[in-house]
Amino acid sequence: MHIIESGNVAAALGVKLSRAQVIAAYPITPQTPLTEKLSEFIESGEMEAQYVPVESEHSAMAVCIASSSAGARAFTATSANGLLYMHEQIQWAAGARLPIVMCVVNRGVGAPWTIWNDHQDSISQRDTGWIQYYVNDHQQIIDGVIKAFMLAEEVMIPVMLCYDGYLLSHTYMPFEVPEASAVDAFLPPYKPAYALDPENPANLNTVTMPDVRLDAKGRLAHGYMEIRYLLQEDLIRTIDVMARIDESFRKHFGRGGSPYYETYQCEDAEFIAVSLGSLSYHLRDVVDMLRADGFKVGVMSVHLYRPFPAEAIADALAGSTGIVVFEKALSYGYQGALCSDIKSALYHKGVDGSRMPFVHNYILGLGGREIRTTDLCEAFRKSCTEGAAPTDELRWLGLKI
Amino acid sequence: MTHTKTTILSLPEEEFVNPGTRACAGCALGTAYRVALKAMGRNTILVVPPSCLTVLQGLYPIAATKLPSLNVTFASTAAAATGLTSALKALGKTDINVVAWAGDGGTSDIGLQALSGAAERGDNFLFICYDNEGYMNTGVQRSGTTPQGAITSNTPLKGKLQQKKDVPSIMAAHGISYVATCSAAYPLDLYDKVRKAMTLPGVKYINIHIPCPPGWGFDTRYAVKVGKLAVETGLYELYEVENSVSRLSGASRKLIDKRALVPVSEYFRAQSRFKLMREAQIGEIQKQIDARWVRYFESPEDNGES
Repeated sequence: MHIIESGNVAAALGVKLSRAQVIAAYPITPQTPLTEKLSEFIESGEMEAQYVPVESEHSAMAVCIASSSAGARAFTATSANGLLYMHEQIQWAAGARLPIVMCVVNRGVGAPWTIWNDHQDSISQRDTGWIQYYVNDHQQIIDGVIKAFMLAEEVMIPVMLCYDGYLLSHTYMPFEVPEASAVDAFLPPYKPAYALDPENPANLNTVTMPDVRLDAKGRLAHGYMEIRYLLQEDLIRTIDVMARIDESFRKHFGRGGSPYYETYQCEDAEFIAVSLGSLSYHLRDVVDMLRADGFKVGVMSVHLYRPFPAEAIADALAGSTGIVVFEKALSYGYQGALCSDIKSALYHKGVDGSRMPFVHNYILGLGGREIRTTDLCEAFRKSCTEGAAPTDELRWLGLKI
Repeated sequence: MTHTKTTILSLPEEEFVNPGTRACAGCALGTAYRVALKAMGRNTILVVPPSCLTVLQGLYPIAATKLPSLNVTFASTAAAATGLTSALKALGKTDINVVAWAGDGGTSDIGLQALSGAAERGDNFLFICYDNEGYMNTGVQRSGTTPQGAITSNTPLKGKLQQKKDVPSIMAAHGISYVATCSAAYPLDLYDKVRKAMTLPGVKYINIHIPCPPGWGFDTRYAVKVGKLAVETGLYELYEVENSVSRLSGASRKLIDKRALVPVSEYFRAQSRFKLMREAQIGEIQKQIDARWVRYFESPEDNGES
């Protein structure tokens, strides 16, 4: 069925179709309409799930952690400071290997207070062991939620599905809502290898020693470091699993084919703009404008940010002359996190002495600062004209200081 | 609610704690944990934040408990218990009990918000605060429930200046179905109260007074003696709050019949943590206890004060 609805409703519909069993919800702008919609589905009987109106985001993730540990499919959503308040719990969910799905409706973080969009909230949670997937439109939101549950449960790692606050959460777009029976055929019920059970007791997440240790039956059990190593190994494995799930989704629903990133006009591009989220669709207009002026440009939007599909991204970018990374977040004291990751991914392409593309990094749109198409166009044009810069200096777009 | 009181002879023999826990010598938590688990029975899932109980339950991959247990972050105990009850409801396993076990810091300080939230929502689980009156697991720092005058690692020279936070009253103010106070020194009373709590709806709250030999400063063989002194002096009261009515229970109820309290100085002098307390201070506390208990003696059925 084709409908026109907001991005938050697209997410809620995806959660309903995924038959999530426990929903933990705490209000925060711009996520709130998502979990409001879920409360409506549940109260009306359209959706069968436990809705827990928790007293904080820290508790929201606690509800997800515990319900997932008991074998239920768990979902929550948040933004900005709500996500930051969960930080301890986010690390816990990943370490405990729980397939929780959380929508992060991207918003800038305080102080000072801002309610508007940027990506600092989810970027600041980059190193927690979660899968991070950024989507660009409403169709990708609803499809992304369904794929996220599949992915999380296959690798037993939680997933953040990130989309732009307001730009996607509160705007209306047409999108296809998959049939419930088709989703059921794609996504089987959650069957964990172990769930808390009095018949088969276990003491989960207890204090674990620096070294490996024998259990009561004399079998060697992992130490803390082995448990953390396996999280990293499984995250790396997730890159291939994501491609497989995307392909399976394409077969079921006819949509997909770009599990890691999405490109526009990159086939012959000499200069490629790279970004996360809806900004990459904005940059498509810029690409069209610069192409009309004779510049061979394209844009890449990174979907799978953690685990970082470094090889695929480096392969796609290595042949270009220049890369311009536009980011709505930064690793304070250095540069944009995505920019660092792309440079790191490219590094092994250059070790044999072959020519490397230059990389420019623009920070823009922080705290909802308007991103003007003409500014994007001029910045991208300047990078194409200017070529490699003598220093790694961070460039700011739209700054009025 | 009336039911036969459990005796040492009628206490179930099945054990849910394996021999050889990592608790300190003389720790009263071991007794309370062992007896309360008997009351809960096998069909129970535990939720435990970092605390002495984390240590007692053992280091991966060896566990002292025979019940499934979910270790959670410090502030999230009650919310995690909610998560378990929600999942069990979603999965149709509503016959499984959920019991949270947190220390006094994990209850009265960092865990209070989540506990209050769960109580307000009416989620169905038992929350036990085992109250050893300080952050014992991290080396005896003051908590919200450390009593006034007690020396701790971070009130080293003056003792704690503030009064003990009354968490049972805070929980009773939520209008929950059951609030009770117990002491590890009276395990059968604890057993009966846990049994009763398991039959009631919503959040149930039980506070257990847990004498701590290294934290309180007494010999490892005196945990029961010190625990009993706290009750016999009238300082720590055993009571239940049901339907917003508070009643003294167990050994505290018996004190009304005896009409005699042990001088509170005996309790303070039995523990080195109170060595800074002067006679005048102890006298002041004795006066407060006496004033409270005169009311109980006069109207034994109306001891609504908790």
